[in-house]
Amino acid sequence: MSPFASIVRRDLRLAARAGGSILTLVVFFALVATLVPFAVGPERELLRRLGPAIIWIAALLALLITSERLYRDDHEDGSLAAMRLARLPLEVTIAGKLLAHWLTTAVPLMVVTPPLAVLYDLDGATLLRTELTLLIGTPALISYVGIGAAITVALRRGGLIAPVLVLPLTVPTLIFGIAAIRPLLAGTAATALMFLIGFSLIAIVIAPFAAALALRMGAE
Amino acid sequence: MIDGAHRTAPPAFQSLALKVDALTCRRGDHEVFSSLGFSVASGRALFVTGPNGAGKTSLLATLAGLLRPAAGTIEWTGHDPEEPIRELLHHVGHASAVKPALTLAENIAFWRDFYAGEDRSEAALADAGLGELAGYPAAILSAGQTRRLALARLSAVPRPVWLLDEPTASLDAGGEDWVRGLIAAHLEAGGLAVVASHRPAELAGADRAATLALAPSRTR
Repeated sequence: MSPFASIVRRDLRLAARAGGSILTLVVFFALVATLVPFAVGPERELLRRLGPAIIWIAALLALLITSERLYRDDHEDGSLAAMRLARLPLEVTIAGKLLAHWLTTAVPLMVVTPPLAVLYDLDGATLLRTELTLLIGTPALISYVGIGAAITVALRRGGLIAPVLVLPLTVPTLIFGIAAIRPLLAGTAATALMFLIGFSLIAIVIAPFAAALALRMGAE
Repeated sequence: MIDGAHRTAPPAFQSLALKVDALTCRRGDHEVFSSLGFSVASGRALFVTGPNGAGKTSLLATLAGLLRPAAGTIEWTGHDPEEPIRELLHHVGHASAVKPALTLAENIAFWRDFYAGEDRSEAALADAGLGELAGYPAAILSAGQTRRLALARLSAVPRPVWLLDEPTASLDAGGEDWVRGLIAAHLEAGGLAVVASHRPAELAGADRAATLALAPSRTR
């Protein structure tokens, strides 16, 4: 097995055995998305209009709270230091960890999105677009989470620092993600989708380098 | 089982030499050690002693490239210039780099795959006296057994340079014997070791080892 595949497989195993952390994440996501209809009332048209945005914001919040566990254990148990002595560059190792993190956090959220769509009375096409934008946009969110977590990993009580650092970075992704589902102007959905793809690609490329730099500096 | 009964001979290593000159390490404003100079060649071990806080751990991390020296040089000779020195060394610090949620076999197999080593993990576990526990999660291990698992990485993925920080911490008398044998076999095969220890005389034969005593640290 290649070193890259080994880090992905290890992190998938750890997530699967982490005592319900994926389930907790999914429940948090569903609860946030479910609370809004209670707050705004049963007006169908309003819920239909708000639905995709609420699902996106719930996904964003859910992914942000996962940031703390991304590198913390590896940092504290010495795995990160040992990983720096491999042929595989630290940047690629981080890319593998981010991929595993995306598979164990963002993908489960996408799986439970259809039942939430029923709550917001979303039609099939809107649900499909919501899933598509989550598929394209969540790698960017995970990338930002990866950078924030790397900056704060050396802080023993990082708490909310990483989410606070990351939140402003996620704004463009959020704007174009939602605009690609329900554009403010007619005919701009495709343009918004292109911007979303662009932001995701840039984030995916930059995040491993930025996170590796932060982890190296944090270890000094 | 007698410790080391399953030991497989490490491969013969290329001839390497380490020369350290005027090495200084600072952590923030604190000067951990300064103007340190020594050399170690293949087949030899350097035991680093000193009181707590003298800089033993920092010295090993600096040699591993995990910390940047404030001044001085670390020169490795005898290896292929195309091959970064980090790929030739093991650094086993106080932290074990062991994942409690993974089985012992999975823990050791991960490092074998991640370091792209040969498949010696079964023999390495047996050598560490952990062969019968291979299928159990590492969470059940005692502190001493966790230390053994961390050290099993050394024989699972043979590398010519070992940087070991208090390798016998938490080990019983049998474990200390095992570590002594491990280091002796490594030096016999042409390996090089720098070992931080409070009891260097108990770890290796005097003919293959030298001792470096670090002075208590001071603050600038």
